[in-house]
Amino acid sequence: MADPMRIRAQAAGDKVTVRVLMSHEMETGQRKDSAGKVIPAWFIQEVTATHNGKPVLVAEWGPSVSKNPFLQFVIKGGKAGDKVAVTWTDNKGDKRTDEATVS
Amino acid sequence: MRTRTRTRTLIGLAVLALCAGAQAQKSTADGIAEYRKMLEDGNPADLFEAKGEALWKQKRGPKNASLEKCDLGLGPGVVKGAFVTLPRYFPDTQKVQDLETRLVSCMVTLQGFDAAEIAKTPFGRGEMANVTALATWVAAESRGMRFNLPQTNAAERESYEIGKRAFYFRGGTHDFSCASCHGESGKRIRLQDLPDLTKNPGDGIGFAAWPAYRVSNGQMWSMQLRLNDCFRQQRFPYPGFGSEVTIALATYMGVNAKGAESIAPSIKR
Repeated sequence: MADPMRIRAQAAGDKVTVRVLMSHEMETGQRKDSAGKVIPAWFIQEVTATHNGKPVLVAEWGPSVSKNPFLQFVIKGGKAGDKVAVTWTDNKGDKRTDEATVS
Repeated sequence: MRTRTRTRTLIGLAVLALCAGAQAQKSTADGIAEYRKMLEDGNPADLFEAKGEALWKQKRGPKNASLEKCDLGLGPGVVKGAFVTLPRYFPDTQKVQDLETRLVSCMVTLQGFDAAEIAKTPFGRGEMANVTALATWVAAESRGMRFNLPQTNAAERESYEIGKRAFYFRGGTHDFSCASCHGESGKRIRLQDLPDLTKNPGDGIGFAAWPAYRVSNGQMWSMQLRLNDCFRQQRFPYPGFGSEVTIALATYMGVNAKGAESIAPSIKR
């Protein structure tokens, strides 16, 4: 099971700024280990976000995104107390969803 | 006459261009500070902090116990403020210990882990990765507090003196000491400013900035690993994990940093 994400969601006016920190190796598949063998690619392929259950963001990611990636986005029409959930799926089919309450 | 005017205009333009150039040029230090600022908001050290906090409370090891009764110097279970007083002398182990070796002691006495086994695990693997995560969380609990290492015990004062000697000890193929790079202010290695560690380098600099997340390799670096890498850069043999010299150097830097505000865990390029 993958490590949890850190999600912070803050409301200002009618906008909610969401900051997400994901824990992932994001291996490109281009690197070799000390024995010269290629380290297999392992990266997040899809990121989705929902606001009170309604999808607000879908992103397709590739191997060029850094290790332990940071994502920030803004939801219009959000307010304190709302629920924001973020899900990622990697190329091995591993999945992780975490939820945060807007403050 | 005409050519002279043109020459003058050209000179004028050249001077203007020079001025513009000087204004647009930021110092390298400013550029790096800006880059760090941009990264700070999403410091992945947060992930290690969360992992460390969970590890502290989780029942683990052969004795299936948590670390919640671990004494980091301020009493069993007191975490807040402990980081800025370490390394210090611990009567139970009769040694001056830094944060990481103290955590290992607790993992041995409370949870039943094998200290030698942990010490020989490479950084970032197995239980050693857990020690780093725990250290990250403990350090984070003292964020914003000021360093104030005790020097009341004879062993603590001795540790400081050993650290001072080690700091100025030159050797290796490059005839380097710690002081070669960290003995005066205003020096840098490539684009990194080198803090002067023979005195208090200021808030959040040097000893007050580690553990830190290294963006360039995506690793969480503890003070033990930081020192280990300094030894490598000096072409010295690697020091053992938690060896006396690493703790003495940490004591030396920690005492010198008295009054400096801790920003650990920080983020580095």
